[in-house]
Amino acid sequence: MSVAVRVIPCLDVAAGRVVKGVNFLNLEDQGDPVELAARYFEQGADEITFLDVTATVDDRSTTYDVVRATAEQVFIPLTVGGGVRSDEDVARLLAHGADKVGVNSAAIARPALLGEIADRFGAQVLVLSLDVKRSERTASGFVVTTHGGRRETELDALDWAREAIERGAGELLVNSIDADGTKRGFDIELIGLMRELSSVPVIASGGAGAVEHFPPAIAAGADAVLAASVFHRSELTVGQVKEALAASGALVR
Amino acid sequence: MAAKVAVLDYGSGNVHSAVKALEAAGAEVELTGDRRAALEADGLLVPGVGAFPAVMDALNAARGGSIVESRLAGGRPVLGICVGMQVFFERGIERGVEAEGLGEWPGTVSVLPSPILPHMGWNTVDAAEGSVLFDGLHDERFYFVHSYAAQEWTLDVIPPFPQPHVTWAEHGGRFIAAVENGPLSATQFHPEKSGEAGIRLLRNWIDSL
Repeated sequence: MSVAVRVIPCLDVAAGRVVKGVNFLNLEDQGDPVELAARYFEQGADEITFLDVTATVDDRSTTYDVVRATAEQVFIPLTVGGGVRSDEDVARLLAHGADKVGVNSAAIARPALLGEIADRFGAQVLVLSLDVKRSERTASGFVVTTHGGRRETELDALDWAREAIERGAGELLVNSIDADGTKRGFDIELIGLMRELSSVPVIASGGAGAVEHFPPAIAAGADAVLAASVFHRSELTVGQVKEALAASGALVR
Repeated sequence: MAAKVAVLDYGSGNVHSAVKALEAAGAEVELTGDRRAALEADGLLVPGVGAFPAVMDALNAARGGSIVESRLAGGRPVLGICVGMQVFFERGIERGVEAEGLGEWPGTVSVLPSPILPHMGWNTVDAAEGSVLFDGLHDERFYFVHSYAAQEWTLDVIPPFPQPHVTWAEHGGRFIAAVENGPLSATQFHPEKSGEAGIRLLRNWIDSL
């Protein structure tokens, strides 16, 4: 008996629609988030992640409605990230049906936020989302970025992951900005380094383009794999990804 | 007529999903903190998300323990989920803080012996023989998210009372995934987040009310 690897479709949501762009640029409409989430649930998705990529307050309340409508018909865990700045934001998302909340740039700006959320709701609701880029400026060769990879911080990605776990993050969502949108596979080296340091589950993200990209991410130590556009464009189904994982010897649901 | 289930509202995390999943499983559901409504329903669901001491504090503030005890004294069914299961043991130790539980069952809820925590994801269970909750659910996986669990079952039940059904799972070591003990049932995993298998389990419980 052992826990199965998770396959997680990710939906970038803006103003109540699913959008996707290469390296977060040139966003294009990819459908209704509630319908897509329900489709992935039927395909056997193990979790759903929504990333709120909107900027305005009006659009944010639209995202809350999307979360609520999804939680009413999709009986698997739902993670919501994007724009989470306080423990009150977390409370609001949980009240609308989210099970976990992804925190990214607000924690970089104020790391104490992680502890505040973990103390109030438990580490299991707190996903630290990292947008990581290869860089010669940090010791590990990986730097944390913000603004969808357009701005580099001073943070070494491995140091930041360690600190976030210590402060209460219950899971790491490791997104490779270099691989994101390329469809040439996950950054296996990055996943391996994160696995080595992490005492919490690691989700591999960025670069999935074909079924054969998924097993190496699991072999490198990821507990879960996340992908977006390959699912939205129906290039792959969740079921196909799970078949490939099972064939490689991984446990799937 | 559909069974009436009250979901105990005492300010514990995401209860919305539990309400919707129970409805999908065929129950008429009311989210309530009202003592009378919680006592009158055919079944009472006790959710629980967060740290054990915080959940106990919230439960005590809402006089949840007294509601549960009154129901159990009358043989009226109660289902605890996640930390809503853990609180039925004697005590919980979380991040070094020890808190007293409701004490329906002996034992301590403590950290799992695994290098990777939380135990997060879909795991199999070793369902107890004769279990009502797991009826028709073989080789299914359920969604767990927790770092702490009861890892021993020492309750001695003397006939004529029926032996409890204890279901186990494993993450680093064996722990209790579900208990069915007379009117009091509980699951460490989240049936409301366990897809079709979870809905089936809830329906099994609702059908037993």
